Amino acid sequence: MSLHPTHDAGIWVGALLSLCIFSFLYKDNPFYKFAEHLFVGVSAGYFIALRFWTVIVPNLWEPLLKATAGQGVDAAHHGMFAAEQGDYRGWLILPGLLGLLLFTRFVGRLSWVSRWSLALIIGVYAGLKTTGFAQGDFVAQVQASLQPLWVRGHPWEGVNAIIFTVGLLTSLLFFYYSREHKGTLGAVSRVGILFLMVSFGAGYGYTVMSRVSLLIGRFQYLLDDWLGLR
Amino acid sequence: MKRELPLTITAGIGLLMILSFFVPHQVIAVPADFIQASAIIVLAFSYFLGGANLLRVNIDGIYKREPGWIYKLVLVVSLVATVAIGFVEGKGFLDQGRISKWIYDNLYSPMQATMFALLAFFIASAAFRAFRIRTLEAGLLAAAALIVMMGRVPLGNVLTDWLFGLRWLPFPGVPHDLHLSTIQEWIMDVPQNAAKRAILIGAALGVMATGLRVILGIERSYLSGED
Amino acid sequence: MSWTQTLEKLDRRWIFLVLALLVMGPLLFPLALPLSPSPPVHGFVQAIDKIPDGSTVLMSCDYDPASKPELVPMTRTALRQLWGKHCRIVVTVLWDGGPGLVDNVLREVAAEYPGGKTYGVDYVNLGYKEGREDVMVLMGKGIANAFPRDYRGNDTRSLPLMANVRDYSSFPLLVNISAGYPGTKEWVQQVQGRYHLPMVSGCTAVSAPEYYPYLQSGQLLGLLGGMAGAAEYEKARGEKGAATRGMDAQSMAHVLVAVMIVLGNVVQRSRRQAEGA
Repeated sequence: MSLHPTHDAGIWVGALLSLCIFSFLYKDNPFYKFAEHLFVGVSAGYFIALRFWTVIVPNLWEPLLKATAGQGVDAAHHGMFAAEQGDYRGWLILPGLLGLLLFTRFVGRLSWVSRWSLALIIGVYAGLKTTGFAQGDFVAQVQASLQPLWVRGHPWEGVNAIIFTVGLLTSLLFFYYSREHKGTLGAVSRVGILFLMVSFGAGYGYTVMSRVSLLIGRFQYLLDDWLGLR
Repeated sequence: MKRELPLTITAGIGLLMILSFFVPHQVIAVPADFIQASAIIVLAFSYFLGGANLLRVNIDGIYKREPGWIYKLVLVVSLVATVAIGFVEGKGFLDQGRISKWIYDNLYSPMQATMFALLAFFIASAAFRAFRIRTLEAGLLAAAALIVMMGRVPLGNVLTDWLFGLRWLPFPGVPHDLHLSTIQEWIMDVPQNAAKRAILIGAALGVMATGLRVILGIERSYLSGED
Repeated sequence: MSWTQTLEKLDRRWIFLVLALLVMGPLLFPLALPLSPSPPVHGFVQAIDKIPDGSTVLMSCDYDPASKPELVPMTRTALRQLWGKHCRIVVTVLWDGGPGLVDNVLREVAAEYPGGKTYGVDYVNLGYKEGREDVMVLMGKGIANAFPRDYRGNDTRSLPLMANVRDYSSFPLLVNISAGYPGTKEWVQQVQGRYHLPMVSGCTAVSAPEYYPYLQSGQLLGLLGGMAGAAEYEKARGEKGAATRGMDAQSMAHVLVAVMIVLGNVVQRSRRQAEGA
């Protein structure tokens, strides 16, 4: 095994900053604090520049500019407000204005105006999430749960289906809080708890795997990309 | 204007979004599409608001020479520099060879990855100090965790290679070996799946209820309680 | 002082050091432990194998550098499998930390082919768009409407590949590689549920248990969970990438965490017995 450190100055910078962050494991120190604040500043700056060039310019500014010349996506249509699906031209002034109104949060007496912009966002996401969860997580999941409990010639599948159905129903009943968990409901929800514990244990195992993978990735970067240890 | 108008906007737009799921006609689809396109733009502006607030708070801290103000200076300088370079470099600012790309590859990317890599150390130490098995439920959780952790990696199978298979069982579909990976797969496919589905269905009911409460104006916490 | 009392007072930094050594060791001295692809991984492979050669596929890489070790290897292998079938790929990124990383991966894999893969013809990187599930629904009415410019600043509609891409009906499959929110769950809810686009998912291990119900219901045709899933995918495709190399270290770290759980409880029990006595 030999050492072949990279000549790329950027990787040296990245590696040294990584070590600054790892130094936190020993104890909090100025190197870690420096790296942490640098990270926050760079991230915030990058996010702002990203949204400017990926949303504000292509989705707002450029269409508005074209619209002032009566142009849009469809060359056959002329007019600043001659909108159609996907080509909203001058109407984009409205979201632009709502976006600017968000800054009224800095002006005490006018901060209530920013609620109009928030209301748009809340309305969109409340609506999308309601239908998304209803279709994807409720209807489809209930449909998939209606499975045969006994399949001729495949008893193992039948056993699994019975265990699955018992687990599903008891776990669902555990979340029924409108009645006290006593008697039959209490016994049933206790079975549900056991299934939930198995699920949380599996989740814990996968979480450990995920976190360790992140560490492996960092060590691969330091050992391979930076130090070139082969 | 201060409460009723935002609530009306939320209600109207929320109902339009729900309606657009069921009605493909242009009368509903086009306004819904426009509002969805508008939401993206308004959200993007919110990051500018966040950046401005971050600057305001940290510049205030630097001006007042609060403890750690030097680090706040590092934050402000790096933020302003990254934004300025990004703005100057134009549309393809993350393309190969740009300074913004260098900042992304050598500052943002390694530091972000390392921040999350720290979690591995804390999860190992927490496993020793905080994972206490005192009840049947905790024991079941621990057993499932251990089987899944070891079954998901190749070492688990190597350690259980010596276990004989269930080939003598005449039932089709029964796994023919007792490797940890097989047991782990069964745990994920059957009991874990059942409980996760119950959580999914329960959460879906909760989200639907909350969504309707927000749309109908019963849930108003997003108005931040002023006036 | 007994060994249990010593362990009880153990400084956690010793545990950090042991973990670091157990992870570094196999990276420097590989154990080459055998891997075996699981059924969800086979589902992922088969779903891509079944699409007609030369199709245009939508690939949404919704992750950032924090999930690089788990998700970049599976992205690479998926790109190779798709380009092996001469598929054309439209890539989107819905995580703001991701576009630069995803572009690096695309370029690296594209360069592996003789003559390279031509940008705008064989693949297009539409880059990042704010909006999460809102963007997913918007794309359903027109991909180019949501992404008027691509990652490199080109007019999306001017790219040759995009001439035949209108909305989700232009794709036979969605390959989603995701690190969390927005990701697989939102694609299932907003796109698979609304537009019935078949999809497969590669995700971080922390998200994977949550997606097993989608796999069982058929909403997902295949699932890769974490670095182990990525390594199994590499094995199924006959590759030996970063994920495979990482699995030895993963194994050792898991053994340590398992030992820590057992040891922690032994120490605790011993202390309670001593107190009881």
